Amino acid sequence: MTMSTFPWLTALVVWPLVAALATVLTGAGRGRPASGPAAGGGAFSAGAARTVALVGALVEVALLVGAFAAFDTSTAGTHQLTETYPWIPALGASYAVGVDGVSLLLVALSVGLVPLVILAAWHEQGGDHVRLRRYLATVLVLLSFMVVVFTARDVFLFYVVFEAMLIPAYFLIGGFGQGAQRRYAAVKFLLFSLAGGLVMLVAVVALYLQVPVDPATGLRPQDAFLTESVTGLPLDPTAERLMFCAFFLAFAIKAPMFPVHTWLPDVTQNATPGTSTLLICVLDKVGTFGMLTLCLPLFPEASRWAAPAIIVLAVISILYGAILAIGQTDVLRLIGYTSVSHFGFIILGIFTFTSLGISGASFMMLNHGISTGALFLVAGFAIARHPRRSQQIADYGGMRKVAPVLGGTFLVAGLSALALPGLATFVSEIMVFLGAFARWPAPVLVAVPAVVLAAVYVLLTYQRMFTGAVGADVAGAKDLDGREKTVAGVLVAALVVLGLMPGPALDYVREPAGVSVEHVGETDPEPVLGALEGSEQ
Amino acid sequence: MIEFEAPVIDWAVLMPVLVVLAAGVVGVLIEAFVPDRGRRPTQIVLTLAALVASLVSVVLLWGRVATEGYAFVVNGTFLLTPFTLGIQAVVAVLAILGVLVIADRTRTGEDAFAPTAAAVPGTTYEDAAREAGLQQTEVYPLVLFATGGMLLFPATDNLIVLFIALEVLSLPLYVLCATARRRRLLSQEAAFKYFLLGSFASAIMLFGIALVYGFAGTVSLEGALYVLTHPQSQVLELMPALVIAGVLLITVGLLFKIGAAPFHTWVPDVYQGAPTPITGFMAACVKAAAIGALVRVVFTLAAGLDEPLRRDLEVGLWAVAILTMLVGTVAAVVQTDIKRMLAYSSIAHGGFLAVAFVGFSETGAQAVLFYVLAYGLATLGAFAIVTLVREQDADGVVLGEATHLSQWAGLARRSPWLAAAFALFLLSMAGIPLTAGFIAKFGVFSAAVVAGAWPLAVLGVLASAVAVFFYVRLIVLMLLTRPAEDAQETEHPAGDGVAADGTGGPEAKEEAPAGEGATRTLAAARSTLSRASVVVVASRGPATVAIVLCAVGVVLLGVVPQVALDWAAQAATFRPLQP
Repeated sequence: MTMSTFPWLTALVVWPLVAALATVLTGAGRGRPASGPAAGGGAFSAGAARTVALVGALVEVALLVGAFAAFDTSTAGTHQLTETYPWIPALGASYAVGVDGVSLLLVALSVGLVPLVILAAWHEQGGDHVRLRRYLATVLVLLSFMVVVFTARDVFLFYVVFEAMLIPAYFLIGGFGQGAQRRYAAVKFLLFSLAGGLVMLVAVVALYLQVPVDPATGLRPQDAFLTESVTGLPLDPTAERLMFCAFFLAFAIKAPMFPVHTWLPDVTQNATPGTSTLLICVLDKVGTFGMLTLCLPLFPEASRWAAPAIIVLAVISILYGAILAIGQTDVLRLIGYTSVSHFGFIILGIFTFTSLGISGASFMMLNHGISTGALFLVAGFAIARHPRRSQQIADYGGMRKVAPVLGGTFLVAGLSALALPGLATFVSEIMVFLGAFARWPAPVLVAVPAVVLAAVYVLLTYQRMFTGAVGADVAGAKDLDGREKTVAGVLVAALVVLGLMPGPALDYVREPAGVSVEHVGETDPEPVLGALEGSEQ
Repeated sequence: MIEFEAPVIDWAVLMPVLVVLAAGVVGVLIEAFVPDRGRRPTQIVLTLAALVASLVSVVLLWGRVATEGYAFVVNGTFLLTPFTLGIQAVVAVLAILGVLVIADRTRTGEDAFAPTAAAVPGTTYEDAAREAGLQQTEVYPLVLFATGGMLLFPATDNLIVLFIALEVLSLPLYVLCATARRRRLLSQEAAFKYFLLGSFASAIMLFGIALVYGFAGTVSLEGALYVLTHPQSQVLELMPALVIAGVLLITVGLLFKIGAAPFHTWVPDVYQGAPTPITGFMAACVKAAAIGALVRVVFTLAAGLDEPLRRDLEVGLWAVAILTMLVGTVAAVVQTDIKRMLAYSSIAHGGFLAVAFVGFSETGAQAVLFYVLAYGLATLGAFAIVTLVREQDADGVVLGEATHLSQWAGLARRSPWLAAAFALFLLSMAGIPLTAGFIAKFGVFSAAVVAGAWPLAVLGVLASAVAVFFYVRLIVLMLLTRPAEDAQETEHPAGDGVAADGTGGPEAKEEAPAGEGATRTLAAARSTLSRASVVVVASRGPATVAIVLCAVGVVLLGVVPQVALDWAAQAATFRPLQP
């Protein structure tokens, strides 16, 4: 079995499940009393369970490295490492996975963030080791689902996992959250997501019925749900638009985009920072990923038809999210709103239908995951130092003096969020702006002030929490320990490396972006900057 | 001289029904002749054997019917189509699982049935019966008779036989509903309500049959269809209203059995009052059988109706589907009693099933078959678990079922596997992917979209979203809530849905432990109730087997449904016969 024939993706899917099982079983039979928060299987098994989870997540990273090694960037626009097996032939569904450049990067984001989230959660769940064990196992199950959803080459498979993923996510928010309203937030998240997802189900069924019947058997082909089979179908324009709307609604809720974003701040406020990292930085990317890899190729005409409205909504998201972020008093809620703004950028980039804009959007999905993940996790470290675990910005102050490393990493993550040159987000944001300007100049001009607003919400928060007089509650706070430094260090290093050397990462997204533009039936407009350069000469 | 010609009866075709009814008769004789001690085991073995034999004969008949298309006995009084066999298979499988739950006595040594169901609750006669250790074994023949009726219900072309089947399946159920060991008043009330409303429904259906007979001059469905499609007589032109009214009334009778709105009002009360194993049996099997009969009647007639009439029928079904989904899901949200919640959820599933009727297509029939199986497994499993979660007084004596939702808080801490299984059944009912419920819903909504009824499909999915809300709320309660923490949180003002609290003295007294033989005073019983803690009693085996089988079925049908889908597709080659 050679490098390229080994089923890397299936291994990436199955391994987290194995690790989750191992995590749950570690120390399980150790005479666990039925009640009491401190009742766990003793210190040994608690440590063992989280170590098992961490090792499992690191092995997953090793598998990811293998997948990267087997991936050929010169043909990043086509699916590689593909595996296809019939699953439910009667419904036309297959287990079909494969990655192009974009999906590989998103798999990398998921797989890369999980060990950091596990490390960050090391002392969470109030010292209840049984809960912690279950929390980590749920995270690993979610990871398995996330890998499937980013690699699925079958619409049915994608949909099944898209929906099934809600269950572990729901438990992460409602069961293991730290906010008082966690159950409310979890129910809101679930109902929003399901409402979108179920409407999408009708469109999935309708799409299946568009696949032509095999005249010999009178049945639809057994692989009717493969993305290849459903791409390029001759669709009735009205049906295509309706199906597009159903798909887009589900993805917009997931993304989240104005005006269906309202579940997001409640979730970030009430979930643990680790959960928020997984949800906002990875899971929500399924929304924008779905727009890019399903909406555009499956419904090209409808995509072009809807683009103006979507651009307007995206611009509103960019500005509205930023403005609301400025007004927040809860730091985790604030980070949630900044994401609404950033997702607006990603959606704007996708619906430019230019390779530059789509490459930028794809790259931004990765960058936003890293920078927002850093913000969530570092903010979580700050909150853990507060005696009441307050999330109110006003309860902090001057933490830079008592915890300089904490302050520094928060600042770098924040600067990346405001797209400071030299950090990862800058590259992608400028690509989105340039790509969008070529096609939609007016909306881009409206969106530009968001860059300034981003500076306001990041720097204002930094100023209130980390500078000035040291707050009474946090005066005795210690700086980051080795575990926390590892988490923050990896994320900051990734931001700097991707910001200074975006070239290798862009190799993965450039070709898929070209393919997407081709799918949607557009051609790249004359490059704006190129035209400028030409006139100067 | 007229020579009497004996009808040629193909007994083999009758086997699935005959074996069950015959075993029921034998069961009655066992009651009379077998000594007290050996009665229960004998009955259980006989019942299970009869049901398995019925299932086996269904399987054996399968090959024959699949090739011939149908089997016809005595001019259509018995009619087997592949679809009928499919429904019979589902009913037999679910009935076997249901009987396992009914047979379980749990570690308390008591089954769910009153020793003397005929005794007035709270009388010394009842106490005496209890102290004498009498046990109720008539339930097994009754279950067999009901199952026989269910097997016959979708398997006839003759409307009179359809009516008889309805009565054969209903009458034993009326009795069974009244036999709960605990909460006797509630149980008897449930049985009486069911009986009264059921009689109305039967009468309405019979009237419909009379009207169809008046129109077509025959009680054969195919015959009526023939008259409809070959309009030679002037009667037809004169009285089309007759057949419309007749069909409408027959459909109402069937919709009543399914529990579709607006004929659903009996469902919550009956499901709550009946002994829980019987509730599970009813919810799963009756629904399957009645849906089978409805498909048989409605699809057959739809094939023969003119386009405008056909559309009217379809619009009626649209209305029923929408109303049922709406009533079921919305009412389930506000329930505080677990049995009532499951009852409303069962109503909602009737609505989802009705969605598949639109278009009267083979896709629809296929979806119906898969759906009743998936829904039946989850429902049976869920009610089986309800039988095991009990109240316990301060002395450690196990009382009745803990049906208030707040009592289910933190169940996972007591019994993680049980809670996980219940969560699985709820997720399947909610239609979450990777469970049987999702594939079932996918099929139903596919059928609706194929028929062009995508607004109905959209409404259906939105109703599913509401349904998810109350299913998941219960999952959170079991898995994520601490018992104490939740006490204030889910305790709603009394009144909604907890009819049990309103029945007063004898009711409370009924909660006293039966095995002790001690008649407690009302006050003592009340204080016991308020201090009752929740305990999960261990099954003596059969119920566990049933739960495990249901859970395995739900997962297998969700992850690898191919075999079942193929089978449903073969069974759904439904075509009306032209005599």
